[in-house]
Amino acid sequence: MITVSDLCVTAGRFRLDRVAFTVPEGSHAVLMGPSGAGKTTVLESICGLRRIDSGKVIIAGRNITALPPAERNIGFVPQDGALFPHLTVRENAAFALKVKGWHRECRGARVAELARQLRIEPLLDRPVANLSGGEKQRVALARALAVRPPVLLLDEPLSALDSDSRQNLREILQSLRQAGGVTILHVTHDAADAESLATQVIQLPAPHAGPAAA
Amino acid sequence: MLRNTNAFLAALAVLGGSYVLLILLMVIADVAYLGDRLPATVKDVFSSRDVRDSLSLSLSTCTMAAGLSVLVGVPLGYLLAREKWPGRAFVEWLIDIPVVLPPLVVGLSLLILFHVKVGGQSLEEFLNKRFDLRVSFAVPAIVLAQFAVAAAFAVRMLRLTFSQIPRRTEEVALTLGCSRAGAFWRVALPQAKRGILGAFTLSWARSLGEFGPILVFAGATRGRTEVLSTTVWLELSIGRLDAAVTVSLLMIAISLMVLGLVRWLGKEDELVV
Repeated sequence: MITVSDLCVTAGRFRLDRVAFTVPEGSHAVLMGPSGAGKTTVLESICGLRRIDSGKVIIAGRNITALPPAERNIGFVPQDGALFPHLTVRENAAFALKVKGWHRECRGARVAELARQLRIEPLLDRPVANLSGGEKQRVALARALAVRPPVLLLDEPLSALDSDSRQNLREILQSLRQAGGVTILHVTHDAADAESLATQVIQLPAPHAGPAAA
Repeated sequence: MLRNTNAFLAALAVLGGSYVLLILLMVIADVAYLGDRLPATVKDVFSSRDVRDSLSLSLSTCTMAAGLSVLVGVPLGYLLAREKWPGRAFVEWLIDIPVVLPPLVVGLSLLILFHVKVGGQSLEEFLNKRFDLRVSFAVPAIVLAQFAVAAAFAVRMLRLTFSQIPRRTEEVALTLGCSRAGAFWRVALPQAKRGILGAFTLSWARSLGEFGPILVFAGATRGRTEVLSTTVWLELSIGRLDAAVTVSLLMIAISLMVLGLVRWLGKEDELVV
């Protein structure tokens, strides 16, 4: 379960004011809102990548507001995937496992499992530079899911994909949720994505002008 | 339309090409000047112990100066590219000074720094007494003179390198369990590999060509603080133009080899990535 309460963030003239929502365990929540409403900022705040003014983030009953990103155990897939270009697909997928000191054989088994689940088996030994948009997103998903985080945050994962890749990734996301064990918060501005995937829709209001702009 | 385009491109080629031609003509002039004497002067120069020593001192000091430049360039370039901190603009302004300063001034400033007395003792005297280390007019002065200028180029190049690496990849590494240092080590640094190699080469080549600060701070003592640029000057000063031109050609050849090596490594890298 993800609980965000009274989240306030200021960045220059942009302000996010008292955002609050709860995503029940195992559900797929879609976070929607106009451009500049701060959807990505909400995800970054939950991950610990952005300093917040006030508010609380609770994941699976644990208050993680003051923890560094590394200790939050949250899977994050940013908008363009942000794969590590100096590593192969396999190394990208195994990155967190290596950081957390998993044994080589356990790493291999987990990557094989992820590759099956995300349909990236033929790609494992390829460099990430020439993957298609859909492939990149699936690899980024594998990398984020490797250590089985209870929460997965997705920033417009379907936005730049062609219709086949989009459908493919939708199916993968649906099967992930059905397999259980992960609560998904997914930023999108596409109503069709929300309709096909969401068990809950959270709407952010229009951008809040800060004091400087007021 | 096509004719206009061709005329435009030709105009660009003529203007830009004039510089390329100048470089080419300078090298050709050096070779042509020696003409038939070239094989004999090359043999003479290489049989000279002084020149061989100068060559080996040049290679070792350039490597040390380039290594040190990368060692300070990576952290400073990263801090300048990634972090906002008080005094950053001042530091950016400060590290550009060695780039624009006349090289002689760098040498003179180093000399003053090591010899001005603070509390009755200069830095040179302190290092001498405490560590039995002589800097001025010795080999460390050559490395320091080369480093003082070359590092500025390394920092600029590495700042550009890190600013072109998306911050997002490091942020993702943080969410995957890395500390800030871990994300730097595992994600930013490997992506900066080519920039680091470029900064090393640029500093190396820059150090090879350094002359003014070395002359002032390390002197030009034959066989002791003589590097290739000093050799050219020493040979010129005693009227041995043939030897000066031959050593110059040697320096051109070394530069070409270093630049060629980097291009080759860059291509190899592309194949791997």
